[in-house]
Amino acid sequence: MKLAVTVNEKAHEHEVEPRLLLVHYLREVLGLTGTHVGCETTLCGACTVLLDGVPVKACTVLAIQADGAKVVTIEGLEKDGVLDAMQQGFWECHGLQCGFCTPGMILAARDLLDRNPHPTEDQVRGGLDGNLCRCTGYQHIVDAVLHAAKKRGASAAPAPSPAATAAPGAGRHA
Amino acid sequence: MIPAPFDYAAPRTIDQALAALAEGGEGTKPLAGGQSLIPVLKLRLGSAERLLDLGRIPELRAIRADGDPLVFGAAATHAAIEDSAAVRAACPLFSEVAGRIGDRQIRNRGTLGGSLAHADPAADWPAAVLALEAVLVARGPGKVARSIAAREFFRGLMSTALAPGELLVEVRVRRPGAGGTAYQKVRQSASGFAIAGVAVVLEYGADRVCKRAGVGVTGVADRPYAALAVEKALTGRRLDEATLAAAAALVVEGVKDPLSDLHASGEYRLHLARVHGERALRRAAGLAPA
Repeated sequence: MKLAVTVNEKAHEHEVEPRLLLVHYLREVLGLTGTHVGCETTLCGACTVLLDGVPVKACTVLAIQADGAKVVTIEGLEKDGVLDAMQQGFWECHGLQCGFCTPGMILAARDLLDRNPHPTEDQVRGGLDGNLCRCTGYQHIVDAVLHAAKKRGASAAPAPSPAATAAPGAGRHA
Repeated sequence: MIPAPFDYAAPRTIDQALAALAEGGEGTKPLAGGQSLIPVLKLRLGSAERLLDLGRIPELRAIRADGDPLVFGAAATHAAIEDSAAVRAACPLFSEVAGRIGDRQIRNRGTLGGSLAHADPAADWPAAVLALEAVLVARGPGKVARSIAAREFFRGLMSTALAPGELLVEVRVRRPGAGGTAYQKVRQSASGFAIAGVAVVLEYGADRVCKRAGVGVTGVADRPYAALAVEKALTGRRLDEATLAAAAALVVEGVKDPLSDLHASGEYRLHLARVHGERALRRAAGLAPA
């Protein structure tokens, strides 16, 4: 089938089998190997990319489902040699050990801050529960996200969305 | 992991989807968010000749939370429900359940209708629709929609009241009256599925007398169920500590053959359902955690 998709602001067209997974399309057809294949079972989040602006696990999306969509991978964050604020946060806080989970972590964490620009530590940990670090280097990952939040806050940050900041379990209705 | 080959079609309307489903027969599988179906195909636990992608049908994604009942298109994503301020105001149980499914990436793809139609015995949505006595609307080859009470929908292990050729198109939820709601679950830590999950709706006024109780349980039996004994023990009664504790003991009443796997034995699941059932009841009744 014909697939037309924009990846990191570049338009692509390819003939693909319907069963081709988005992660394999990105890695094997486009050569964008920053998106990693980890568990392949929708658990680890190493294959996280942004699909029309929201993070998804590319091992559990068919490439053809992205027809007409905009995809952003880790390779799309750096602009003119300058790292994105979250990448810079991971750099400055040593938010990685082996680095395998890092692309997914960074993309999921960016989305977390887009929805909740000033998260608490617990909200960062909860918000990244779709991404596993086999090195268990979570402390520095959390530090990196909080650092990036602070830096982003120093520049212009959008107002927090009520949905993203509401306390869980506030289930009473009048 | 790579799925076996299949054909793919992406209808733009419900009518086109129904026509394709009728024409394709057994081998044609509807693809909603794909967060269960794609893993099934990859692990080759199941197969499809053709996938019918419901993700490009705008009318299936709508959420209308301003009226009564609330109306959710079957392809509304968990994240869209989680993020809707209108849903949070009208039916906080739906917001709470949506926000506790899997993780954010899964919630961005997975859909309400996909979860219900897949009918995993440990999924979260079934507990909510059972507690709220929601109505599930299906469309078949004819033009007429069929309404199925949530409590008639789950027929067995991953088996529902949907007939071949039918699509779940809409979920209607009556706006709960004054009172409180809660969803309490123990997550399987990798997948986020419920090892035991209990959704509670309690309607009561200033006198704390329970006008209506709805309790849905997931993760425990071969299918999600409404805990009728708990509802009966609460309706018409004052919601005090002793009444809630006595009612919570009935959460697993009638469960003969609980689910049991490497994550939790049947006995442990029954225990968790009772404990978390009581926590959910207390929270919905506005009592402090025990």
